[in-house]
Amino acid sequence: MTNKLTRRGVLKSGAVAGAGVALPTIFTASSASAQAYTNEPTGSTVTLGFNVPQTGPYAEEGLDELRAQELAVEHLNGEGDGGCLNTFTSKALKGNGILGKKVQFVTGDTQTKSDAARASAKSMIEKDGAIMINGGSSSGVAIAVQGLCQEAGVIFMAGLTHSNDTTGKDRKANGFRHFFNAYMSAAALAPVLKSEYGADRRAYHLTADYTWGWSQQESIAAATEAMGWETVNNVLTPLAATDFSSYITPVLNSGADVLVLNHYGGNMVNSLTNAIQFGLRDKMVNGKQFEIVVPLYSELMAAGAGKNVQGVLGSMNYNWQLDNEGSRAFVKSFGEKYGRPPSNSAQTCYAQTLLYADACERAGTFNPCGVAEALEGFEFDGLGNGPTLYRADDHQCFKDVLVVKGKENPTNEYDTLEIVDQTPVAQVTYAPDHPMFGGAEASLGTCNPGA
Amino acid sequence: MSEFILQILNGLDKGSAYALIALGLTLIFGTLGVVNFAHGALFMIGAFCSVTLSRILSASYETVDPTQKDFLGNPLKVKSTYMESWLGPDIGGAIIDWSVPLAILFSIPIMIAVGIAMERGLIKHFYKRPHADQILVTFGLAIILQEIIRGFYGANPIQTPAPEALSSVAQLGGALGLEIVYPAWRMVYFFFALATIGGVFAFLQFTTFGMVVRAGMADRETVGLMGINIDRRFTIMFAIAAVVAGWAGVMYAPINAPNYHMGMDFLVLSFVVVVVGGMGSLPGAVAAGFLLGILESFASWERFKVFDGLDQIIIYLVAIIILLTRPRGLMGKKGVMED
Amino acid sequence: MLGLNKKDFNLLMVVVGLSLFAPFILNIFPKDSAMAFFNGGYPDLMQRFAIFGIFAIGFNILFGLTGYLSFGHAAFLGVGSYAAVWMFKLLGYNVVPGLILSVIVAGLLSVVIGYVSLRRSGIYFSILTLAFAQMMYSIAYSDLFGRWLGITLTNGETGLQVYSNDPQILLGENSPIVPHIFGLEMNARLTLPIGPWEFVFPVGYYFSALFLVLAFYLSIRIFRSPFGLMLRAVKSNNQRMTYTGLNPRPYTLAAFIISGMYAGLAGGLLASMDPLAGAERMYWTESGAVVIMTILGGVGTLIGPVLGAGTIKYMENIISKMNEKLLHEWFGFLPDSLEYSIVWVASWFTGEGWHMTQGVVFMLVIIFLPGGLVEGGQRLAARFGAKSNDTGKTAQPAE
Repeated sequence: MTNKLTRRGVLKSGAVAGAGVALPTIFTASSASAQAYTNEPTGSTVTLGFNVPQTGPYAEEGLDELRAQELAVEHLNGEGDGGCLNTFTSKALKGNGILGKKVQFVTGDTQTKSDAARASAKSMIEKDGAIMINGGSSSGVAIAVQGLCQEAGVIFMAGLTHSNDTTGKDRKANGFRHFFNAYMSAAALAPVLKSEYGADRRAYHLTADYTWGWSQQESIAAATEAMGWETVNNVLTPLAATDFSSYITPVLNSGADVLVLNHYGGNMVNSLTNAIQFGLRDKMVNGKQFEIVVPLYSELMAAGAGKNVQGVLGSMNYNWQLDNEGSRAFVKSFGEKYGRPPSNSAQTCYAQTLLYADACERAGTFNPCGVAEALEGFEFDGLGNGPTLYRADDHQCFKDVLVVKGKENPTNEYDTLEIVDQTPVAQVTYAPDHPMFGGAEASLGTCNPGA
Repeated sequence: MSEFILQILNGLDKGSAYALIALGLTLIFGTLGVVNFAHGALFMIGAFCSVTLSRILSASYETVDPTQKDFLGNPLKVKSTYMESWLGPDIGGAIIDWSVPLAILFSIPIMIAVGIAMERGLIKHFYKRPHADQILVTFGLAIILQEIIRGFYGANPIQTPAPEALSSVAQLGGALGLEIVYPAWRMVYFFFALATIGGVFAFLQFTTFGMVVRAGMADRETVGLMGINIDRRFTIMFAIAAVVAGWAGVMYAPINAPNYHMGMDFLVLSFVVVVVGGMGSLPGAVAAGFLLGILESFASWERFKVFDGLDQIIIYLVAIIILLTRPRGLMGKKGVMED
Repeated sequence: MLGLNKKDFNLLMVVVGLSLFAPFILNIFPKDSAMAFFNGGYPDLMQRFAIFGIFAIGFNILFGLTGYLSFGHAAFLGVGSYAAVWMFKLLGYNVVPGLILSVIVAGLLSVVIGYVSLRRSGIYFSILTLAFAQMMYSIAYSDLFGRWLGITLTNGETGLQVYSNDPQILLGENSPIVPHIFGLEMNARLTLPIGPWEFVFPVGYYFSALFLVLAFYLSIRIFRSPFGLMLRAVKSNNQRMTYTGLNPRPYTLAAFIISGMYAGLAGGLLASMDPLAGAERMYWTESGAVVIMTILGGVGTLIGPVLGAGTIKYMENIISKMNEKLLHEWFGFLPDSLEYSIVWVASWFTGEGWHMTQGVVFMLVIIFLPGGLVEGGQRLAARFGAKSNDTGKTAQPAE
């Protein structure tokens, strides 16, 4: 779509003499471009763009993503111990970069704001020649950047984004998501909730008042109602809220015996802390022990909430305690380099970087359309999550989902969560035209190679 | 009924933080005539005094425990605190447990030092400058302070629990025949705020120092002409305001885990509080703090949420209404900050 | 010329020249050189320079002339963007209707907010505008208006964007599906390699720069008009003006509305460059950013706001991209211990520490250059001028 003219194109139009400022015809000249697609790498290197929150409330999350991405680049270039390159079922990657080109990367700060994220992604694409964008830590940002990458003609790998919309109504042909989503969290959690807390429960929802919160609440309410729970109330809380006391007190006398906190990040740390302060977990209601559920967990949030997470159930995309060959290789590689276990968003970004590289190798090109085709319907194992499928219909990745619980007696600062259950992928799979995912109307559109 | 009381308690609790911050802001504004956008940062530094003291007290050494393994499969390094190994688990553990209340003392020298450094090093030079300049230079300072904290403590919230004995819920309202449970620490926070506010007022009312400062607030030039070194007293007032803001933060740490941007989160709100109370009026600031806290609590309670999202805009809505009906806020004086 | 005196005309020509040659000035380092990192001449950033320049010029008409410090101007920028994106959704991707509506909507909103807020002055005015803007932000972020009406108005935190199933009634068979002006696409660009340099000329940038020049011209005319004089009178002595029987309110309200419309235009242009409108651009820190741009450049000066906007946007985009790996590359030639200590210090100010740099720059400028960059430039010029005089004088006796 962009008429990006290189020297050859300019020569063809015969406009070099005019220094090409004021000749409108040049701009409308159709694809007189030497590039087959946006930022086609011509030298001996290829540049990846890592767009993560480096400032703002999710900065730690972003920092961990950045660590993982740097590690992935090392492994791609054949440095370090190779990590998951050794366990990955696809053997296309040789540790000599991608398609023989050495991998470089540039970084940008999303600030967890759609505007800033698009600006930094644009600068990486327009200025640094990034061939793909990877990372991020919020759904609003992921959807905004995904839209941008679709227009610009580069591949977008989403990072931490959990809203159904990313691969639902806002799905795009150039975008892929390795992370799981709200629907999957709910589908994985519901059976565990039933077996732990029984089928006769009354749930009170506190929901962060933005797209992801709504999406999460809708999913978990549907899943728990299907197994017999009653949803007593759903109260929306402002994103900017820091003190949740006035949202917690009405729970006390509502007759509910479960509190579902559809919050993430700082919201979740505060709302959970406040709920524990009000003694909710020591309460008996309807003859049952009062319980709290946090549908989406992350290690950093668990660390922030401290001992308040103990015994609280939630779900995760990945946890470093997951015991399989790929996971062990990744944790070892990451742990030895950084002295700490990886977070689940770090694993996501690591896996996405390798997957992108692998898809380029298998496609034999960096052309986004070729890469997308190679990723669509791709099944693999050995990157930490167990057997995984990238579904062609919506570019959502399907794999087992972990149900985790805050550990009662942590032995060290990283030992905050324990895996309760590994929900098999079949149980969290849904139809691509599921109503929560934009229904039949949602479409990927066509792949855009730019240029 | 009990829910109604609970929401009032919530409001008083939120209001305590607002009132303490607004009180400090008003002291600085009233005495020095400076609009201090770095005041939220002082609150944040206070909260991090709690974090720091609890880290110092629980400083630990590592011993290798070969029976357990860490995440890489190496023998686990178990941490034990010096405090507990020196003083025994009972006394040592209790000291660590009480680190937040102890931080009240710990924070005093820190906040005074920060306050004096700020006033002497920077704000002193801005007495005669336009308010816009004051706002921007203190805003710049706030960013820097916040970034320094982020550099040392990271962006993640840091859980800083209250002492075990005060982390439970308190049973209230037994005499009224109502079942009211409220977190003990929040009650402590409220009474602590009341005591601090009372202390500041008493200090201004009953000491010569306070009298001079009040006179200075009313008419700075005349007091200066009387040969009283008003500047030095104002520096001390700035330090006191910093301590008040710091204490608000110290005690707030167990309520919500401190993070580096908590000061900015409170900044806009506390300015709204000050303006609603009336610039330069100490009782106004306190009253407006509690008033807005209670209104915010009730707006987020469904029974009073007349329309969706009222809880998000209530503070601003109230501020607009009050400023339009009462030009100088609740208790503001004529002519202050209107040019 | 153009109704301007010689000095103002020259200033206008400077802005025209800077705008025209920005792609050269900002791409001063050859593409593959080590310094290419500091090039700011890529489309997105150049467009931001122009757009935030317009925003700051408009803000300066209110703040610089009347002294009323609005802390809520980002609200007008935000509604401008929403209005433009709605036009894209309903009519099609031609930017003209979007820009017109964004100016109108921002103008109407500024009538309301201005009328109410201008009943107070000083910090009360600032807090009123802040309160309004924060309300608008909350309303946009959770799409409260949309919720009350039962429709999607701002699309919440994701931001308002154009979907392929939107009406777009004017979208013809062959119309471009990106913002364009009568077929000329905003994201089209011309790349001109000369030797090791590579210069990029984006359509969107020149389109925005055209508005920047117009906005600048209009601002000169306002500054030099009797209306501008009246506004200055409001700033210097509001009371005396009232005593002379003049009511300052209509003048300040007019200034408020004009600067609101400037902000709306900037918002519309932002959406035209990138058809997405997010609530974050209405947050109070964004309102603060335009205050800072204006003061950094020089309040009440004509060119100051443009320079301030450019400086802030450059810092935000370039410094935040310096990561530690890059720093290690740059300082790799030093001995290890020195390299690591320099990188340690530098990393406080770069990459994720760019806010720190921002804070330090504000403080330094406000402490040492109350008149902003313009004052800095004048002082430099004065010193330079004085020096050349001195050399002239000392040279004379030798003859």
